[in-house]
Amino acid sequence: MLTKRIIPCLDIKDGRTVKGVNFENIRDAGDPVELGALYAQQGADELVFLDITATNEKRKTLRELVNRIAHHINIPFTVGGGISSVDDVSLLLQNGADKISVNTSAFRRPELIGELAREFGSQCVVLAIDTRQEEDGEWYVYLNGGRVRTDIRCVDWAREGVDRGAGEILLTSMNNDGTKKGFALDITRRLAETLPVPVIASGGGGLPEHFAGILGVGRADAALAASIFHFKEITIPELKGYLQAQGVAVRL
Amino acid sequence: MKLVIIKYNAGNIQSVLYALERIGVEAVVTDDAAEIRSADKVIFPGVGEASTAMDYLRERGLDTLIRGLRQPVLGICLGMQLMCSYSEENDTECLGIFEEKVKKFKPATDSERGSVAGGSGESAFKVPQIGWNTIYDLKTPLFTGVMENSYCYFVHGYYAALGRHTMATTDYVQPYSSALQKDNFYGVQFHPEKSAQTGETILKNFIAL
Repeated sequence: MLTKRIIPCLDIKDGRTVKGVNFENIRDAGDPVELGALYAQQGADELVFLDITATNEKRKTLRELVNRIAHHINIPFTVGGGISSVDDVSLLLQNGADKISVNTSAFRRPELIGELAREFGSQCVVLAIDTRQEEDGEWYVYLNGGRVRTDIRCVDWAREGVDRGAGEILLTSMNNDGTKKGFALDITRRLAETLPVPVIASGGGGLPEHFAGILGVGRADAALAASIFHFKEITIPELKGYLQAQGVAVRL
Repeated sequence: MKLVIIKYNAGNIQSVLYALERIGVEAVVTDDAAEIRSADKVIFPGVGEASTAMDYLRERGLDTLIRGLRQPVLGICLGMQLMCSYSEENDTECLGIFEEKVKKFKPATDSERGSVAGGSGESAFKVPQIGWNTIYDLKTPLFTGVMENSYCYFVHGYYAALGRHTMATTDYVQPYSSALQKDNFYGVQFHPEKSAQTGETILKNFIAL
């Protein structure tokens, strides 16, 4: 049976993990490769590395980092942040990335999704969407790390992205992100039920119950979280043990 | 020991190369006929589309070359599918090493997806299959030391039907061949290079054949 995926996310700046980490066995807490390898060993199903540096002079640092990750980690990983062309992706894949994620650049120039899907296959194109529910009850797309609002509904952009060739949707609810009060069930479920591709839920996971909820009633195919793993509030083996006991299919 | 990875227009060869490096094996990536023929073991990876890949192999005579290899050959993902007789992906005649046919997963329609009861953690089938699934009914030395129902990482929209060369089975929509073997030819649908310790064991077993 295909299992639900648990995906730790590492934010990277200048080749280092940004958010603090709290692991005893890591000599250099800021090294994303060491942290990623630890998660892989603990049973993470995939890893996501988001580069928040996003300046041209730092791109070489990212490529070198991706290359180190690829040498050391034996599970799939996605790289995102500032990707806006076939050439950008080509370099990351040549350095060993399995998938890439695009966000603002794809919204600004939607043809990018099709170009990447044709060149590298849909399986390696993850469309990341940051969304916020507003007073009218509707969820809208936000860009530039949540700083820029658009008038486009999340459901419409997600559908267009999939039609253009995105192989997965990474959906982050800005209302929930950082709250640790649970994922956004309604919008995640709406996308997961209507799109033919997997949906990765992100934002708000704080307790094991939240993960059971989003992977169960929320119908997400995968759940992503960052700080709760970095700060050992939940370890991956504990989380997966809990999910299995709740009847959610996970890889143990 | 000389290990060769066949270079062609379909594939994330880097991942395979790095996975081999992690288990201490060096490999040569090449499309040179003499180099491939002289290898002790050959890996035929692949991510991409079947007809484009087959056209590329035929133009360079690599199709005949692969069929004629006598040393152990391991096809991975699209590589395994291309070793089958035929693929529904753009109606493609493949290498015909395995007589099994490659078919498209039939995706659930939106209405079917919507009608599945929520709350159970159970989703309707999405295509491609992406993620970790189990392999069972394991045969061949490729799976020595690999437990029944071990998890491997899959990414694919087409599958090889069950047949007499099936050496591992996986369930998605229906049971299908997650590994095939005939004589010196081996194929796996999943990505051993991305399948954690299980994948490393399988790669080591192939190297030890």
